[in-house]
Amino acid sequence: MLDIRNLHASVDGKPILRGLDLHVGTGEVHAIMGPNGSGKSTLAQVLAGRDSFTVEDGSVSWDGVDLLAMPTEERARAGLFLAFQYPVEIPGVSNAYFLKAAVNAVRRHRGEPEYDAMDFLKRVKAEMKAVGMREEFLYRSVNEGFSGGEKKRNEVLQMALLEPRLAILDETDSGLDIDALRTVADGVNRLRSPERSMIVITHYQRLLDYIVPDHVHVLSRGRIVRSGGRELAHELEERGYGWIDEAQATPAAQGAAS
Amino acid sequence: MNAPTKPIEAFLEREYPAGFVTALEADALPKGLSEEVIRRISEKKGEPEWLLQWRLEAYRRWLTMTPPGWAQVSFPPIDYQDIVYYSAPKRKADAPKSLDEVDPELLRTYEKLGVPLHERARLAGVAVDAVFDSVSVATTFKKQLGEHGIVFCSFSEAVKERPELVRQYLGTVVPQGDNFYAALNSAVFSDGSFVYIPKGVRCPMELSTYFRINARDTGQFERTLIIADEGATVSYLEGCTAPMRDENQLHAAVVELVALEGASIKYSTVQNWYPGDKDGKGGIYNFVTKRGDCRGARSHISWTQVETGSAITWKYPSVLLRGDDSVGEFYSVALTNHRQQADTGSKMIHMGRNTKSTIISKGISAGRGSNTFRGLVRVTPKAAGARNYTQCDSLLIGERCAAHTFPTIEVRHPSARVEHEATTSRIGEDQLFYAMQRGLTAEDAVSMIVSGFCKEVFKELPMEFAVEAQKLLGVSLEGSVG
Ligand SMILES: Nc1ncnc2c1ncn2[C@@H]1O[C@H](COP(=O)(O)OP(=O)(O)OP(=O)(O)O)[C@@H](O)[C@H]1O
Ligand SMILES: [Mg+2]
Repeated sequence: MLDIRNLHASVDGKPILRGLDLHVGTGEVHAIMGPNGSGKSTLAQVLAGRDSFTVEDGSVSWDGVDLLAMPTEERARAGLFLAFQYPVEIPGVSNAYFLKAAVNAVRRHRGEPEYDAMDFLKRVKAEMKAVGMREEFLYRSVNEGFSGGEKKRNEVLQMALLEPRLAILDETDSGLDIDALRTVADGVNRLRSPERSMIVITHYQRLLDYIVPDHVHVLSRGRIVRSGGRELAHELEERGYGWIDEAQATPAAQGAAS
Repeated sequence: MNAPTKPIEAFLEREYPAGFVTALEADALPKGLSEEVIRRISEKKGEPEWLLQWRLEAYRRWLTMTPPGWAQVSFPPIDYQDIVYYSAPKRKADAPKSLDEVDPELLRTYEKLGVPLHERARLAGVAVDAVFDSVSVATTFKKQLGEHGIVFCSFSEAVKERPELVRQYLGTVVPQGDNFYAALNSAVFSDGSFVYIPKGVRCPMELSTYFRINARDTGQFERTLIIADEGATVSYLEGCTAPMRDENQLHAAVVELVALEGASIKYSTVQNWYPGDKDGKGGIYNFVTKRGDCRGARSHISWTQVETGSAITWKYPSVLLRGDDSVGEFYSVALTNHRQQADTGSKMIHMGRNTKSTIISKGISAGRGSNTFRGLVRVTPKAAGARNYTQCDSLLIGERCAAHTFPTIEVRHPSARVEHEATTSRIGEDQLFYAMQRGLTAEDAVSMIVSGFCKEVFKELPMEFAVEAQKLLGVSLEGSVG
C-alpha cells in the first residue's frame, strides 16, 4: 500500500508538485494521465528518489515505511521499479553486465542466492524472448544506440527480471508501434498479481485497453485533480484536459478531486 | 545533463592510503645541485670514472637548457637548489646481501604498501626490486633468474657487475641532452632497475620495481634500463607511492628500453604517487621520459600505464620503430581529480618498413582536474607500409574538470595509413540515478562506468596489476557474462 499525502516537491526552487495525494492499494493498477509538464514524471522520480528534486512537504508511506527516508538504491532493492520515460544510455557498460548487477543487488537484498553467469543467462534469455528482444542486445552497451521502442522494451525486460512490488511505468507506451505496445502490455499483465501495485503514466487511453486499470487519475499543475474508473480515460480522450482545468479553478471542485 | 551531485563527490573524496612516512635514519647529501654534488653521488656509489664524466657532461648540458613550456600544466618555477639529490636509508655496514639483512622497518614499509618482499618472494612468482628514495633496498629472485642468464638488479649493482652492458646501452635511447628533465636525471640519477634478458630467453616471471619516495625535500631520479637481446621476451611492472606532504616533490625518471631483433618488451606502470590534497597542496611532480627502441626487425615494445597519482604528470612513453616489421603499442588510463594535472600521451616514430603502432588513451577528469592527451605519430620517408591507429577518449566527471587532446600526425610516406579517433563523454547525474534506481550504489555505478571506459587498457595489464589498477580506480572487475 502506497500512501502519498500532501506531497510538495520543487526543482531549483521552482514548485512542481503542489500538494499531491494518492493512495495505491496492494494489487491495484492505477493510471495517471495529465497534460505535458503537469508533473507526472516528477512524481515518478520523487518516488524513486532522484535527489535533484527537493521534497518540500508531505509524506509517502509504503507498507508503513517512510519511503522518502530511504536512499534511492534501497528503494529499488526493496522492490520499487521505475520504467523511465527517457531511458538513459551508459556507454561502455554491457547491458548483460548491468542487468546482472541489478538483479543480483535485488536478490542479495531479498536474501536469495545471487545468479551466476549461467543461471543469469538462462533467465535473461527467457525474459528477452517474452519481450521480443534479440540476444545481441545483451552485448551492446546499456541503451546506447537503441531505438526508442528498443529502449522501452529494455525497460520492460528489467522490470520482468527485477519482479518489483511497486512498478511505475512512465509513458512506456509512447513511441511504440502497435505490436510493441502489445508486447509491453503483455509484459505488464504477466507481472500483475495481488502482491504487486502499479502506476501507469500514459497519454493514451489505448494502452488502458490492454492494461486495464482499477483507477484513473488526472494530474494537473502538480496535483491529482480528478479520479475515477476507466471511463475517465475515455472521457479525457474525447474532451481533452481543458474542462478539468476550468473545473479545478473553482474551490468546490478542488475539494472533490482529492 | 545535470551537475553530478553528492555520490560522485563522495566517491572522489577517497583518502590516499600510501601517505604514511617511515621513520628511518637517512644518509643524505645537503640540498642543492653543483658539480661537487654530482661527484659525491658518483663517489657514494663507487662509480667508474666514465660514468662520472657522463653525468658531468649531462649536467653541463642541463645548465644551458630551459624547462619545456608547451605542456598544458601550470606550477610555480622549481628551485633546483632547494632539493636533496641523494638520500638513502642508513645501512649497517655494507649493502644487505640478502633480504634477511634488510632493515625490518623497510620490510614493514613495503608490506604496508602491499608489496611484501618476503611473501612475494615465496609465493607470487614476481621478482621485485624495491627502490626507496635514492637507492635499491632489495631485489628478490635474483638467483633463480641468474640461472637463465637474466640480470635483474639495481642500476648501481649493474654498474659494478655488468659495466660493459651499461656502458653499451646507457643513453642510447634517451640521450643526455634529450630534454630538460632527462638531462637533469642523467646528471643526478641515483638508482633504478636494470634488466638484461639474453638471446632467446623468455623471462620465466614478471619483473617488477616498486618505487617509494620517503624522505622530505628529496627528489627521486631513477634510471631504468631494460635490454631484451635477440628473440628474448620480458614483462616488467613498476609501481610507485609517496607520503602525503604539503610541499611538492620532484620525480624525474628516465626509462630506456632496447629490443633487439625479434625481442619483445612489455612495460606496465601503475603510478600512484601522492597527488596532493584536494586544494592542490603538495603532491609529486612526475616529469618522466620513457622511450623504447625497437632496434631490431620484428621487435615489439608495449607500454601500458595507469596513472592515478601525482600533482602533475608529464610523460610520453614512446617507441622508435627502427626495425622492419616492428610493433609499438601504448595503452593508457590517466585519472586526474581535485587539482591534479596530467599532460601525457605517446610518440610513435616509424622508421622501418611495415612498422605498426597503436595508441589507446583513456583520460578521466574529475573535480578540477585537467587531463591532456598529446600524441605524435611520425612516418619518416623510409617507413613504407607504416600503420598507426590512435584512439583517444575522455571521460568527464562533474562540471569543473577539463580535457584536451593534441594529436600531431606527420606522414612522409605515401603508403602510410594513419587513423585517429577521439570521443568525449561525461558521467551524468542521470546515469547514476538510472543505475541506483536499479539497486546499485552510486559508487558501484561510477566504478562500472569508469571500468567500462577503461576496459581496453586494463586487459593489457598483467593479471596481478589489473586487479591493483582496478582497486586503485575504486572499480570492481567487470564480470564477463557468457
Ligand atoms: N530539472 C528540471 N529543471 C527545471 N525544470 C524542471 C526539471 N524537471 C522538470 N521540470 C519542470 O517541471 C515540470 C513538470 O515536468 P514533468 O517532467 O514532471 O512533466 P510531465 O507531466 O511528465 O510531462 P510530459 O507529459 O511532457 O512527460 C515541467 O514544467 C518541467 O519543465
Ligand atoms: Mg513525463
